[in-house]
Amino acid sequence: MEFFLQLWNLEFFLQLLIQGLSVGFLYALAALGFVMIFKSSSVLNFAHGELLAIGAFIFLAFSVWLKLPIYLSFLLTLVGSFAMGFVIERLFLRPLIGEALIEVIMLTVGLAAMFKGLLLVIFGGNLFNYPDFLPAGLTIKWGAINIPPVYVASFIIGIIFLSIFGFFFKYSSQGIYMRSVADNQPAALSLGVHVRRVFAMSWAIAALVCAISGVILGIMNGINVHDISVLGLKVFPVVILGGLESIGGAIIGGLIIGILETFTGGYVSTSLKEVIPYIVLVFILLVKPYGLFGLVEIERV
Amino acid sequence: MRKLKLHPCGKFNEQYEEELTIFSTDFGRLWMWVGLFLLFVVIPFICKPYLLYVINHIGMAAIAAIGLNILIGYTGQISLGHGAFFGVGAYAAAILATRVGFPFWLSVISAGVITAFVGVVFGIPSVRLKHLYLTIATLAGQFILQYLFVSWESLTKGPEGIMLPRASLFGLDVKGDRAFYYVIFVCFVILAWVAVNLIRTRFGRAFIAIRDNDRAAEGMGIPIFKYKLISFAISSFYAGFAGGLAAYYIGSITPEPYTLGLSVEYIAMIIIGGLGSIPGAVFGAIFITALNEILSQATQFFMNIEGLAKIALTIAPLREFVFGLAIVFFIIFEPKGLAEVWRIIRSGFRLWPFSY
Repeated sequence: MEFFLQLWNLEFFLQLLIQGLSVGFLYALAALGFVMIFKSSSVLNFAHGELLAIGAFIFLAFSVWLKLPIYLSFLLTLVGSFAMGFVIERLFLRPLIGEALIEVIMLTVGLAAMFKGLLLVIFGGNLFNYPDFLPAGLTIKWGAINIPPVYVASFIIGIIFLSIFGFFFKYSSQGIYMRSVADNQPAALSLGVHVRRVFAMSWAIAALVCAISGVILGIMNGINVHDISVLGLKVFPVVILGGLESIGGAIIGGLIIGILETFTGGYVSTSLKEVIPYIVLVFILLVKPYGLFGLVEIERV
Repeated sequence: MRKLKLHPCGKFNEQYEEELTIFSTDFGRLWMWVGLFLLFVVIPFICKPYLLYVINHIGMAAIAAIGLNILIGYTGQISLGHGAFFGVGAYAAAILATRVGFPFWLSVISAGVITAFVGVVFGIPSVRLKHLYLTIATLAGQFILQYLFVSWESLTKGPEGIMLPRASLFGLDVKGDRAFYYVIFVCFVILAWVAVNLIRTRFGRAFIAIRDNDRAAEGMGIPIFKYKLISFAISSFYAGFAGGLAAYYIGSITPEPYTLGLSVEYIAMIIIGGLGSIPGAVFGAIFITALNEILSQATQFFMNIEGLAKIALTIAPLREFVFGLAIVFFIIFEPKGLAEVWRIIRSGFRLWPFSY
């Protein structure tokens, strides 16, 4: 009975909805880099949360510890993470070009443990915060609803990503190479696609996207190695729901999962909140494995 | 008496039976007996209790790792939920022992069977899914099971945990490291023997066919789904059995240890040991358990020295780093793992003056 009473409480409902949307936006943002890597090399990146964390920590090191101006340190973060993407690809993924996908996936599991350990050794497991630097003019006030500037900024960045990467994969030759490599590596190699360069580019771009998302996540919630690596695993339900190849799907999937999570937390139980995305994940995998907007794989023998 | 077979300089099989033999030479068979003698007669009497404790943990980890190797190494289905399956075994044994009052041997075996069923449930998504998606499904399984350990309080008592009764076997009280050593390693030898022989049967060959090319396997008339589920069941049985033993050995269980970290540890074991090799799983279990033990000893060592306690705190995350590094290192440089290193060393001795 209490349950139905709560359901009719409109204020509570709206509050949960807004909270859910903001959590969902966080997930969507985290999922962008993941989709990027999957789309360009069909690698499931289990080290995704760690990549986000590395980006966030590079920014922290530049802006708080070295006390560089915000715009400069943001630029340096972008350059640094781009270079780091190259290095990761060069050191760890290049030796595996042409190997079975299983080994690449296992490798990212190993990389995840490695990066997490490294970050914990260097920065420790504490919560860090950025100084508040976003202009207050970005705040949107609309009646009782007050949207803080971080969400506006992340919304704008999300839209920019969506359009840039949409065009990039659809029309640019580099994007088409990436899709061909993801689809069938040996065939792409034999048609003269420079697979090594494509791999290097896709990891570098993905690291860059991860760094931007990581910084925004850091502004929203503060950065903590454990939290971000948990978030990196939450990406899986999001992208499976949205379809692994679709950036728009990642955003919609993120919003759905976020709303679902807060509603479960609000109406059912708070402890169920953490696992509900994974329960949904199993269900989707059984019913509609390619998600809402994913490419349906057709196998011809 | 038939002629003893000693080492040839290469493999020259003329008949299919020769391909199937476990020991290609009588020398190998002799070494097996020497090994068993060392395992059951020498080691338990010369080792100190602490060392026996470590070896017992190696034995239990090896049983679970053999199971995971059947699934990943032989059938080619990546599972990220093995740590949770280990936990299901531990909980099943504990609950059966405390609530139903099952004796030691029965509750450990039933723990294996129950875990096999749970494994099959999480293997069902493999009807439609290839390894990529299946890996994600098992990841979800890990989190869901972890949640159940903590939240299904009427059954698992939540974070408080369960105390197990003292184990007893054939009227004898199994207490102390040495008694458990015999229990664990008799189980280990039997389960390893079963696994080695399983690979030589119809099932094992079907698993390998599915791993190498599932479409071709289906074309050859192997019902893929059925065999994938069987593989999941066998692998989970091993994990659950080891989990049940561990629950009795440690004496109490809580939900904390059975996290994704444990699953990654098992994956590290079989990658480092060697995918698709039963001795490899054992090597991996030895390597990882020993590494764990060395790092925790190092932490304690530094903790006790004044002024160095800070270093001790950085060692705990270093453990994770070392695991990751080991996985990455072996995948890149020796994808067949320690089993392959061992083979190279052996053949180096055998071909000695002309080794390459």
